[in-house]
Amino acid sequence: MKSILIKNGRIIDPSQDLDLQGNLLVEDGIIKGLCKETTAAEEVIDATGLIVSPGFIDLHVSLCEPGFEEDETIESGTSAALAGGVTSLGCLPNTSPVVDDRSSAEFILLQAERAANCNVFPLGAVTKNHEGKELAEIGQLVAGNAVGFTDADQPIENAEIMRCALEYTRMFHRPILNRPQVPELTEKGQMHEGYYSTVLGLKGIPAAAESIMVNRDIALAELTQGRIHLMCISTKNSVSQIRQAKQAGIRVTADVTPHHLALSDQMLETYDPHYKVLPPLRSQEHIDALIEGLKDGTIDAICSDHTPHATEKKTDEILGAAFGIIGLETLIPVCFQSLIRPEHLSWSEFISKMTIGPAKILGLDKGTLAEGADADITLINPDITYRLEPANLKSSSHNSPFLGKELQGRAEIVLVSGQVRYRAET
Amino acid sequence: MNIDHEYRTDISSGWTRKHILGLQDLSKDELNIILNQASEFKRLAAIGETKLTPLAGTVVANLFFEPSTRTRISFGLAAKRLSADTVDFSSSGSSLSKGESFVDTAKTVEAMGVSYVVVRHKTPGAPQLLAQHLDANILNAGDGTHEHPTQALLDIFTIREHFGKIEGLTVTLVGDILHSRVARSNIWGLKKLGAHVIVCGPTTLIPSDISRMGVEVSNSLDEVIARTDCLNLLRIQFERQRGHFFPSIREYAHLFGMNKQRINKAKENVLILAPGPINRGVEITPDVADGPHSVILGQVSNGLIIRMACLYLLHLQRTSSLGNPG
Repeated sequence: MKSILIKNGRIIDPSQDLDLQGNLLVEDGIIKGLCKETTAAEEVIDATGLIVSPGFIDLHVSLCEPGFEEDETIESGTSAALAGGVTSLGCLPNTSPVVDDRSSAEFILLQAERAANCNVFPLGAVTKNHEGKELAEIGQLVAGNAVGFTDADQPIENAEIMRCALEYTRMFHRPILNRPQVPELTEKGQMHEGYYSTVLGLKGIPAAAESIMVNRDIALAELTQGRIHLMCISTKNSVSQIRQAKQAGIRVTADVTPHHLALSDQMLETYDPHYKVLPPLRSQEHIDALIEGLKDGTIDAICSDHTPHATEKKTDEILGAAFGIIGLETLIPVCFQSLIRPEHLSWSEFISKMTIGPAKILGLDKGTLAEGADADITLINPDITYRLEPANLKSSSHNSPFLGKELQGRAEIVLVSGQVRYRAET
Repeated sequence: MNIDHEYRTDISSGWTRKHILGLQDLSKDELNIILNQASEFKRLAAIGETKLTPLAGTVVANLFFEPSTRTRISFGLAAKRLSADTVDFSSSGSSLSKGESFVDTAKTVEAMGVSYVVVRHKTPGAPQLLAQHLDANILNAGDGTHEHPTQALLDIFTIREHFGKIEGLTVTLVGDILHSRVARSNIWGLKKLGAHVIVCGPTTLIPSDISRMGVEVSNSLDEVIARTDCLNLLRIQFERQRGHFFPSIREYAHLFGMNKQRINKAKENVLILAPGPINRGVEITPDVADGPHSVILGQVSNGLIIRMACLYLLHLQRTSSLGNPG
């Protein structure tokens, strides 16, 4: 029985409505509860000046293994997760082969166990090989511990398949995670359609491409009583549709990425492929609506949508460059910059979008510092400022638009099941 | 024979820009320097001074990653008129399909001692990318649907020749604005020089929010023709048509084609430009294309001197930044 005392930190746990200066005791990998500063423990962590938060849960992350180890591996990706304060993540099935059967899901778990970094929860494919035609063996994937189902960056295009998927997953009490995007309206698109796509001569992706499928998915969730989670929403209209659906009691949830809050389509003016991402970076009116959606609870969670790409896939002409941004290691500073510093969200509200919010979506018994919970804990240094350098990234890939930028806030110490798995370098 | 001393050097004073990537970046003064330098080369050509020597000993690379006949020939000849050596690289396919990246291909060519790179590429922003990675001066010969600065400069030069000014004129760009790099470059250049610009085409071929570029948007050529000083008829790019921007060529010609009836509604001294290659009977009927208002072939010869002016100015920047003039 090993005991750890985390003393004199600002303990924020939205699951218990807690925000106070105090001390937290961990015993044998489990949260014991608040205690006195003088409580005896084998190890003491001084949390003075730090925020003590439940470990972050990142809903969907690409770890790229097996099949794309040049971009990321489960080992490197979970190291990056820890450095970002993430103690649990949903691992997207867009690997090669696709995680559409039980053994593939179990391979992910085995590699995660070998890496011994953070908790990894496999997400299984909705359709075989992400082809959108036949359902994958969802029951078998559940037996292999898949916590949700998604075709990752492939939207589930066929409404009949989506209907069946929502109905079928209902009996396993697992959500479907969809990337809403109508393919006919996004084909060859490079960026948000608007003034900047016109000036830059890049084919635009209209906001309606997303909103149309959001509308369909909500209608199907209502029809089937299934549980739909909409990934990476980026438009004003999506937010208002989800808001209405929630009011009507439909089982829909949504997440947003930090980069869609921090960056706008104007960034593409440099033609830097690091700003090329799906859904595309939108204009300010959409960003404002996303922030509003976070504030009023329409958007349940913040997710990095970590999408690593090796340098050669991201540095040539923009039409040939891959879509995607890595985000695990910049979750805290980018959210600080776009949400907390401008006082859109408090620290507690932000932490709830990274802990209890995603835990509910994936049905995980995590995201809390309540007595008896797994001792997954993130200690945040809210004040530290630094420049993000490639050499400091744990991810194998460096496709971040925040490289070279001055940032504030980072994960300082991260515990998984009561073990210190990460300490920031000074 | 060194005739450097024979032409005016005051025209180009104030030019410090290393690359010509698009007209969005250029100031009104810079646009005027290019136009005036082109006038000077035109004057010299008229008195028989067709072979000049300022670029002797330098190498101009023409990198064409997209098919081109007119622009490629024009740039090649412009470089030769200035006595540069030229190397040509043409590839219609993607460089990536050969396993070498675009930037690596350009770096390889640069390593052969190239100082000036003329680049055409299907990807918007490709010239910017080369400007970041190469030491050479970059001249954009058309990047996707982004910009085609020398084409717009030659259009503007031709208009200025005809009217003696740009300020106060109404210029209407007709046709496929959505896919036109020529339109975008013309808009930036003409606006900076004080023209009123109308973009006119079917609603499906007018891109989002283009009015924020400071242009008037119209969907009726008949409504705007009477107040237009110059019409620039953009080519309908059949290769980009996917059958749903407009129902038929016949319908397009009916709504936006320039024909005798429309000429009769136009101002008496209306000027008709077309960047070409023209589709006779689509954007323009043959009688109008070959008629008195059209300066289509004049544009082609002006293209040569505009490209000479651009290369020459980049050369001045290069030699002055090296502290080694001449």
